[in-house]
Amino acid sequence: MSSSSLIYLDYQATTPCDPRVLEKMMPYFKEIYGNPHSRNHDFGWKAEQGVEAARAQVAATIGADAKEIIFTSGATESNNLAIKGAAKFYSEKRHIITTQIEHKCVLASCRQLEREGWEITYLPVGKTGRIDLDQLKKAMRPDTLMVSVMAVNNEIGVIQPIEEIGAMCREKGVLFHTDAAQAVGKIPLDVKKMNIDLLSISGHKLYGPKGIGALYISRKPRVRLEALIHGGDQERGFRSGTLPTPLCVGLGEACALAQQEMESENSRIEGLRKQFLKKIFSSLSDVTLNGDEAYRIPGNINLSFAYVEGEGLMMGIKDLALSSGSACTSQSLESSYVLRALGVDDDLAPTSLRIGLGRFTTHEEVDYAADSICRAVLKLREMSPLWEMAQAGIDLRTVQWGQHH
Amino acid sequence: MSYSKRVIDHYENPSNVGSLNPEDKDVGTGLVGAPACGDVMKLQIKVNPSGHIEEAKFKTFGCGSAIASSSVVTEWLKGKTLEEAAQIKNADIASYLALPPVKIHCSVLAHEAISAAISDYSLKQAPKL
Repeated sequence: MSSSSLIYLDYQATTPCDPRVLEKMMPYFKEIYGNPHSRNHDFGWKAEQGVEAARAQVAATIGADAKEIIFTSGATESNNLAIKGAAKFYSEKRHIITTQIEHKCVLASCRQLEREGWEITYLPVGKTGRIDLDQLKKAMRPDTLMVSVMAVNNEIGVIQPIEEIGAMCREKGVLFHTDAAQAVGKIPLDVKKMNIDLLSISGHKLYGPKGIGALYISRKPRVRLEALIHGGDQERGFRSGTLPTPLCVGLGEACALAQQEMESENSRIEGLRKQFLKKIFSSLSDVTLNGDEAYRIPGNINLSFAYVEGEGLMMGIKDLALSSGSACTSQSLESSYVLRALGVDDDLAPTSLRIGLGRFTTHEEVDYAADSICRAVLKLREMSPLWEMAQAGIDLRTVQWGQHH
Repeated sequence: MSYSKRVIDHYENPSNVGSLNPEDKDVGTGLVGAPACGDVMKLQIKVNPSGHIEEAKFKTFGCGSAIASSSVVTEWLKGKTLEEAAQIKNADIASYLALPPVKIHCSVLAHEAISAAISDYSLKQAPKL
């Protein structure tokens, strides 16, 4: 799909903008450039029509009403607004429950509230990466304002039991926010059926443009938030600032396409995933799939390769654009708090790769990537003293290693 | 991270990957580093009766710079006496491979591996008390 020799396998980091989306956006850059908030002329009215049609498209994707959608700059802003905005508005309730594997923008918003006097419970996850509903129930208190649990994790692709969490929150009268940046267009979402009060959406994770996102804010029951950005009271006062018409239109079209094509796209990507895993597991031992096997989106593959160092591996697969993490504190790779929360065994010094497949990934690319990874891992294991020791039956956990550098 | 051409060459075609029998009396083995730090090097030397290093082998778990550092060291060790081998400095390795500051520890580790292999060999030669 591109002229470069790099193969793009990082669809959880971002997705390319779908050409059909871009095509819908172009007139709003060129001809329909009016301010959608201008009330006095056709330039403004046309722009407003574009924005409102897009709002309806976004709403339809998650079973919401258009009036319940506000546009933001992205999921980071949506998550900040949902969490801090609700905390500030309902400030008599001082407790929020989230998980240890949320995206950084949720964790950082919670940390900020902690500094301001709120109490936060960070639920652990099991080896599968899913939260335990009993633990959630036990964590709920009379002063619990909100539960914020992501629908799909960005590193391991694991899907949380959203409907069950929603039911539990509704029963207890607790707000339910979900960061659905990785979920919209990938799994069916229905905010009414799932009792979701607040839901964050990102444009660039679903083949839309970067710089746009949305927040669903339930009207029935009515959820209120204190705004973070003040100004001309656009977006019903929740989020001031002139709307970027082309980006709104792009997000709307991206949502509509994702909705229409979700089923066929998921089954195609699932095929690619199986093909990839079959190659990997038939050539390599000591490889683990991180996260639940059943509850996950097809486009995410997170694998740990034992006895292979991360940077060395990345150097061997230079023509693959993907993400690497490590549960250990290797020198230059960022250690992954998500993998650590899953209890990935760092005694075996594994390196994990996140292989993100998506709309434009081809069979050839998947084959090539799997072959390259197998070749690099085999070569590095041949060179790895840890692999040699493991093959000789030595338990690496019992070895006295040297001092840390 | 941009690697020097020499690092890339040694990463892609490393010299002297392999193992010698650590039980042999004429073999010295050094195992340094730790998995948790992201680097483990095993360096082995085989010393002939005239006191020269006849063979040097390595296995390294680590980044490209760590692999290149150990590969270079095995090349340099061959033919040297233990005294000469002990003269190899980590700065020699770092400058030969043009390692950036964040990768200096790879050359330090390779240097430690040489010392460890030499002392293992010397210990084996020392008369048993």
